[in-house]
Amino acid sequence: MKTRREFIKISTAGAGAAALGLHSLNVKGFDLFKNESIESVSDEDMTPYPTYCEVCFWKCAGWTYVDKKGKIRKIIGNKHDPHSNGRLCPRGTGGIGMYYDEDRLKYPLIRETKPDGSQYFRRATWDEALDKVAGKMKEIAEKYGPESFGLFNHGNPGAHFEHLMRAYGSESNAEPAFANCRGPRSVAYFSTFGAYIGSPENTDIRDTRCLVLIGSHIGENMHNSQVQEMSQAIDNGATIITVDPRLSTAASKSKYWLPIKPSTDIALLLAWIHVLIYEELYNKKFVEKYTFGFDQLKEHVKDMTPEWAYGITTIEPELIRRTAREMAGAAPHVVIHPGRHVVWYGDDTQRERAMAILTALLGAWGKRGSLYFSEGIHVPHYPQPEYPEPKWTWKDIHGDKYKLATMGITTEILKASVPKYGYKHQIKAWLVAGTNLPLSLPDKKLFKEAADAVEFIAVMDTMPMDITGYADVVLPEATYLERYDFLRAAPNRVPTIALRMPAAKPKYESKPGWWIAKQIGERLGLHDYFNYDDYSEVIDWQLKQLGTSLEEMKKIGVKEFPRESGPLYLGDDEDFEFNTSTGKIELYSLDLADNGFDPLPVYTPHPEPPEGFYRLIYGRAPMHTFSRTTNNPNLYDLMPENNVWVNPKIADLWGLKNGDEVWLKNQDGAVTNFPVKVRVTERIRWDSVYMVHGFGHNDKRLSRAYGKGASDELMITNIMIDPVMGGAGMRGNFITFLKEKPENKEEVES
Amino acid sequence: MRYAMAIDTAKCVGCGDCVVACQTENNVPHGYCRDWIVENVSGSYPNVQIELRSERCNHCDNAPCVRCCPTGSSHIAEGGIVLVTPEECIGCGACIESCPYDARYVHPDFGYVDKCTFCKHRVDKGQNPACVDVCPTHCLHFGDLDDPNSDVSKALKNRDWKVLAPEAGTKPQLYFLI
Amino acid sequence: MKEELFVSGRNIPNIDPYLHLWHWEIPLYLFLGGLSAGILFFAGYFYVMRKERDMSATIKLAPLFVPFFLVIGLGALFLDLHHKLYFWQLYTTIRFESPMSWGAWTLMAVTPLSILWAFSYLRDVFPNLKWPYAWLDKLEEILKKYRKAMAWVLMMLSIILGVYTGILLSAFNARPLWNTSILGPLFLVSGFSTGLAFTILLSKSKYERKVLTRIDLIFIFTELFFIIHMLMGLQAGTQVSLEAAGLFLGGEFTVTFWVFVVILGLAFPATLEVLELRGYHVPGWIPSALILIGGLVFRFVILEAGQITRYLY
Ligand SMILES: Nc1nc2c(c(=O)[nH]1)N[C@H]1C(S)=C(S)[C@@H](COP(=O)(O)OP(=O)(O)OC[C@H]3O[C@@H](n4cnc5c(=O)[nH]c(N)nc54)[C@H](O)[C@@H]3O)O[C@H]1N2
Ligand SMILES: Nc1nc2c(c(=O)[nH]1)N[C@H]1C(S)=C(S)[C@@H](COP(=O)(O)OP(=O)(O)OC[C@H]3O[C@@H](n4cnc5c(=O)[nH]c(N)nc54)[C@H](O)[C@@H]3O)O[C@H]1N2
Ligand code: SF4
Ligand code: SF4
Ligand code: SF4
Ligand code: SF4
Ligand code: SF4
Ligand SMILES: [Mo]
Repeated sequence: MKTRREFIKISTAGAGAAALGLHSLNVKGFDLFKNESIESVSDEDMTPYPTYCEVCFWKCAGWTYVDKKGKIRKIIGNKHDPHSNGRLCPRGTGGIGMYYDEDRLKYPLIRETKPDGSQYFRRATWDEALDKVAGKMKEIAEKYGPESFGLFNHGNPGAHFEHLMRAYGSESNAEPAFANCRGPRSVAYFSTFGAYIGSPENTDIRDTRCLVLIGSHIGENMHNSQVQEMSQAIDNGATIITVDPRLSTAASKSKYWLPIKPSTDIALLLAWIHVLIYEELYNKKFVEKYTFGFDQLKEHVKDMTPEWAYGITTIEPELIRRTAREMAGAAPHVVIHPGRHVVWYGDDTQRERAMAILTALLGAWGKRGSLYFSEGIHVPHYPQPEYPEPKWTWKDIHGDKYKLATMGITTEILKASVPKYGYKHQIKAWLVAGTNLPLSLPDKKLFKEAADAVEFIAVMDTMPMDITGYADVVLPEATYLERYDFLRAAPNRVPTIALRMPAAKPKYESKPGWWIAKQIGERLGLHDYFNYDDYSEVIDWQLKQLGTSLEEMKKIGVKEFPRESGPLYLGDDEDFEFNTSTGKIELYSLDLADNGFDPLPVYTPHPEPPEGFYRLIYGRAPMHTFSRTTNNPNLYDLMPENNVWVNPKIADLWGLKNGDEVWLKNQDGAVTNFPVKVRVTERIRWDSVYMVHGFGHNDKRLSRAYGKGASDELMITNIMIDPVMGGAGMRGNFITFLKEKPENKEEVES
Repeated sequence: MRYAMAIDTAKCVGCGDCVVACQTENNVPHGYCRDWIVENVSGSYPNVQIELRSERCNHCDNAPCVRCCPTGSSHIAEGGIVLVTPEECIGCGACIESCPYDARYVHPDFGYVDKCTFCKHRVDKGQNPACVDVCPTHCLHFGDLDDPNSDVSKALKNRDWKVLAPEAGTKPQLYFLI
Repeated sequence: MKEELFVSGRNIPNIDPYLHLWHWEIPLYLFLGGLSAGILFFAGYFYVMRKERDMSATIKLAPLFVPFFLVIGLGALFLDLHHKLYFWQLYTTIRFESPMSWGAWTLMAVTPLSILWAFSYLRDVFPNLKWPYAWLDKLEEILKKYRKAMAWVLMMLSIILGVYTGILLSAFNARPLWNTSILGPLFLVSGFSTGLAFTILLSKSKYERKVLTRIDLIFIFTELFFIIHMLMGLQAGTQVSLEAAGLFLGGEFTVTFWVFVVILGLAFPATLEVLELRGYHVPGWIPSALILIGGLVFRFVILEAGQITRYLY
């Protein structure tokens, strides 16, 4: 079937071929007079420019070092930054590859159709591209109202477009960070403690005596200061308890590894709660003073003994008891890590609730070594008119469903884009900024239906990622090393701000996101919302309000401010009003009850893999961020492809050896685009396989990443929606192995 | 003075930061590396152990690469750092063949042999090597073994350690804390 | 199950997954070095034994080829260098610990001497040759006078050269297969055997062939003995040397080694030579050609296999 929006695999004849040509010309010469060794340059001979990292959302501050010839040489952490403590993670150190990647988007591109119906990208001028986007925005606003223009955004680049869209009159936006990531955690902790966990997480791992990781794979999940603190915790002799069906790196460093059967965590959590309550190990004073609903909880978990959980989780009752006692012994200096990517099985808000309840029973909240009170600084808004009030927003798209969602749900915006789903509010066009939807959202069929249904798609990206193949207009953004951006003001133990400024001119014709947003805004007559010539003016104004200046920040990069909200921890016996309806920690959630959900977490069994199939679980590799770094020359060097982890017993059964290439097929018949190599390893259970997320790119313009490894996303066709907040549970998919290249498997669209 | 490094395998998460940091600090060409990570898995599910090691040139006390070098390009510099002088190297590969740790490579652009220098350009100024300073888990310790207060001496004090392939007789100066 | 992998995706060309740095150049160089050493040694030896008349191929004809062999060998070595324009650095220092260094110096001495030796016999082989310059006649005069001294020096240097071809590898104790002191004598003997085979190929004198064949047989049997000794030595060693021996005892080099080196390169030609000595008619070039090919294959095999073996840790 030919779709309206043909996925364009090969770019403009010009751009692609030129890049290829240069690449292959790079032959090793006889180098008679070639400049010998490129010396390592000492730090004093370089100029450092402050930045904060955009390779993931931890936003570590650092310095971009530029040598005398203006060449960016390295990026080093800023010692005064609590996110990095002077050390970036491998992705941040390798962030330099984002700048040097010769596959970058170089100029604006516009989709054209040839007389024979085939489509291609034409190199366009900025004026053409911006006129086109602004023109479409006007057209959509006139035809359907600005609300019909949807926005998919993530990270900083998305934020400039969020501003543009709100000025234009649309709040129909969603980012994968909610329904595909942290949503259930936000809702669960808010309904329990009346507070969010936030990013960076306010986990006091540094000073903890017991760290409990339920799925969180810190060390592979490379969120920087968190990894650093886990290492400090090891030094301090803290007990680490890791619950993971796979021997994660963190599990290998743990005193207790609970190799749980996937999808059964709630049973384990309830059993732990049972032990704490019935062995009277919980923090009585804390529970009495601060919580609501203990008696209901006690009754609820009465029969949920470790023996009960053993049958479900395969974790020995003795081990459940021992670990519960270990936590109680360390309480309240215990971190029950709330996790981050928590959309697993559709009952995720409830699992997160169980974790929040466990936290409360241990009194491990607001105490040293548990969850601390983080504080961020409020950066004043640059003067602008009020945003217009849209007639409807993402909330109205959800309708009566997912009442507790606090942000737009990606799946819902997709569905609202397809008329056949009959949504009251229809989305007619998309802006996409900083998210690679084909590799980030499950249910490829829905994504394609939606991409095909909308009238217009504009994508702002730095790389010719898979999403750009669906665009009508591609807007090449400069990388974070080449632009000014928002001040970072994320909450932490102490409030800080961090500056990002350009260390080099944007390469090719790429432009900063703020500039692109402003140019479109100007064309829409929204000048008052973009009342500056350069974004540095906005930053300078904001910094002056905060009692500093751009000039000072250029020298220090990060500035600390005193805390104003009070101490990091709760005082002994201090009175505290929680932001819940009872003013207490709601072990029994009235919020959930009011909305018709279980007020106490319940374990529900989930389907198990059929014969010959294995549960697909996935996670992070420390050297990559999702799909965005797989083409990064520095990080590609560290890990060029993912592989599928298979237990030796299963490998034997299938006659698979290390390095064998297989295609994966899931329960719905979806097959991976590319073969993936088998890694036979004892680190994974026999009922599951494991893959690192982010590989299997299907855009040839990514000269390194194209066709390397396989995409877990393609195998996720069954999504288990969380009824509470619309999270897209992705771990209910089962795969089997195809040892031969599947019949009539042409190159499938990404 | 005897420079050495201690690598805490109990804390290393195998993230490869030390590898990229070396690449950007020392202009290591793409596709090559002066340091690398080895993961060793033993046991069977669920009784499995992992050892993670960040490895590089061992700056051997009894360095076969230096012995085999026909020109003296490979030499031992101050503090026991094993170095290659590019202008004296003919690229014969004898040192590569002689290194039991495969720590050296031929520079693809220039043809001389290249390897970890313990970041001599930094160490000379009192800084740590780039890999040591970047490691998010602080699991790399560098310094002078003759100085009991150096980072590396302190790290070795209360811990068990091993060296790699001691039977090769090279007297390696990378200590893996276990 | 035990599993060891590179997490950082280490994949350096010619080094990972196993060393493959030295290609055809080095075994060819070692082969030609050994061959030349063999030719020169016996040229010197029989000269000193005053067999100039009976052994003319040995003393006069075969050495004419040596300068070419050595120059080709050095050319191969040069090709193998990755930092070619700095090759002269080899001759700025002598490092006795580095076989590469004293080998280079040995060649530096052997090559000119072999040219002089060949030059002094050139007109014996090509009687019609006339020197265009008078000083060449003079030189020839002088050289003829010093032949005996040259013969002694050549004998010494060719032993060093022959041993060197083996020691070059055995100095690399990082490669367990090479890490055996037998490699020096083994390559020496093998080199001498190829030298003899080459000379036999050139000789038209029955007597000379018989003498050389007898000597060659001794060398072949010594070589076989050394090979068995080497394998047994490895077998008696540590895990890594066991694995090295395994490459020839069931591993990937088993067929090449036993068929092409041991049987076709040593045992079969030896049998043919014995038959020939007993008076059976064997086309003379067959055993010689087999020995030469076997010798070349032997060096390729040892080099390739050695680079695969490594320490486990
Ligand atoms: N290097 C790197 N670090 C990152 C990112 C990245 O892209 N790269 N992304 C960042 C972002 S946005 C996020 S949200 C976080 C995500 O990081 P986390 O919040 O740590 O993600 P999880 O999904 O919890 O982690 C995956 C782990 O869950 C285990 N698992 C699978 N199924 C189950 C199960 O049923 N029960 C249990 N207990 N465990 C299970 C897997 O084996 C794997 O170890 O990582 C962040 N850090
Ligand atoms: N199967 C599966 N799906 C998942 C996950 C999973 O583990 N497995 N994880 C989920 C989670 S936790 C999250 S948070 C989401 C993340 O989902 P995404 O945020 O979509 O993740 P990326 O794949 O990194 O896509 C980021 C895009 O932004 C682009 N980009 C990077 N820097 C810039 C910039 O400076 N400017 C612009 N304009 N663009 C830039 C990149 O090139 C890339 O196209 O994915 C979710 N989806
Ligand atoms: S954790 Fe790593 S990738 Fe994320 S912002 Fe920090 S340095 Fe960058
Ligand atoms: S940077 Fe540190 S933790 Fe990461 S791999 Fe290297 S040594 Fe290990
Ligand atoms: S590790 Fe290898 S290169 Fe380094 S000193 Fe030892 S032998 Fe030489
Ligand atoms: S390659 Fe260079 S450093 Fe190595 S042995 Fe040869 S000359 Fe010495
Ligand atoms: S010490 Fe320096 S050269 Fe050696 S591995 Fe570390 S960063 Fe690289
Ligand atoms: Mo996420």
